[in-house]
Amino acid sequence: MLTVIALTRLHISASFELKDGECIALQGPSGVGKSLLLRSIADLDPNEGTVKLDGMLREAMPAPLWRKQVTYLATEPGWWADTVEEHFSRWDYAIPLVGRLGLPPSCGTWPIQRLSTGERQRLGLARALMLRSRVLLLDEPTSALDSNSTANVESVIAECMSNGTSVVWSTHDSAQAHRVGSRLFVMSSGGRIEEHQP
Amino acid sequence: MTYIQLAYGDLVLPALLVVMDSALSLALQLKLERQLAIATVRMVVQLVLVGYVLTFLFAVVSPFWTALAAFIMVLFASREIVVRQKRRLPGFWSYGLGAACTLLAAGTVTIFSLLTQLHPEPWYHPRYALPLLGMILGNTMTGISLGLDVLTNGLMRERAAVEACLALGGTRYQALLPVLRDALRNGFMPTINGMAAVGLVSLPGMMTGQILAGVEPIDAVKYQLLIMFLIAGGTGLGTLAAVMVGGRLLTDNRHRLRLDRIGAERAG
Repeated sequence: MLTVIALTRLHISASFELKDGECIALQGPSGVGKSLLLRSIADLDPNEGTVKLDGMLREAMPAPLWRKQVTYLATEPGWWADTVEEHFSRWDYAIPLVGRLGLPPSCGTWPIQRLSTGERQRLGLARALMLRSRVLLLDEPTSALDSNSTANVESVIAECMSNGTSVVWSTHDSAQAHRVGSRLFVMSSGGRIEEHQP
Repeated sequence: MTYIQLAYGDLVLPALLVVMDSALSLALQLKLERQLAIATVRMVVQLVLVGYVLTFLFAVVSPFWTALAAFIMVLFASREIVVRQKRRLPGFWSYGLGAACTLLAAGTVTIFSLLTQLHPEPWYHPRYALPLLGMILGNTMTGISLGLDVLTNGLMRERAAVEACLALGGTRYQALLPVLRDALRNGFMPTINGMAAVGLVSLPGMMTGQILAGVEPIDAVKYQLLIMFLIAGGTGLGTLAAVMVGGRLLTDNRHRLRLDRIGAERAG
């Protein structure tokens, strides 16, 4: 279980608990601080407050280890090498997952430069899922995808959840928020979150 | 060893070449004449002053005055490093990092050569220590300023890539590695290019100076080789130290990228 108590970063402040296998859909206007919240939980920006995984404080472990268990995925994931497969520790293990997300096995050798925004988004998701994290912090993971690819992503994430992974899923799509979220949080312009009935 | 001495009067005719440049600038409306005049006056004043300062230093051969002169040279070098940065490091570090790394690298390499190769008496004799330090300092400074510039700009540009690696559980060293490599490569490049071209494209100033002063060319070459090796060592050491410490300053112990610590981009 992920516990967030009085997590503060700039104007945002949040407290909640996230059980294993649960998905919180996070909504709110653009620029309100949804990404800031997700990044702060992953400890990617300086922040204050208490964040625990199964009662263990994140400060009690090295930050890289924390992020392997509580993984943030940016809307537009970054790439540090030239080809797709260089971003995976074992590309051959990732091929089935990449296939389920609608990409051919041969895409491993594709140069990052020629990927479309949607391909980058799906490959970024595959790369993050290969870590088998306990908690996924997904920042609009389907914003550049068509309805078919979105359905694929949703079904892959649902399968992760059935295996115990918890998810915080930020989305602008209300229908998607209701489809994927077992709980619905709305962030207001003051940076506070409020739980709504799905 | 004999050389042809120059009187100040001998410089009048060559100085007319600068006047010719100004005339050209006026005729072609390049608007360079003012800058050219200021630069010429600065050059003359600075070099004549340095001539007198060195004459004094060589006469007294004092460890205190030699160290003070070396320290002032390092200060000017670190100021030059800061001026060349498009984006500056935070607070004290903007000057401190450049000064510390130039002092470490150029100082170590200069002292190394004085103690192991040249053996002047005393070892800190300003006739050897200061020209050596000056040449090594100039090159080390270029390496450090290029390295730091590529580091800060590279981290700004590659922010998404660095943060993606961090978000996937990479350490700050793993995440920064591509940018660090780029910065180090850029810092070393002028030295490597300089070594490859020396003798073919350019005759180094020091070697030319020694030859003009009557030193046998092959002896001047040996001195030049010594200097080039020292420059390579100093630049390598200084750039490595500056880029690695710079990388640490722009991340924190929770392995976060801290671009908030870089100052805003400066115009020009």
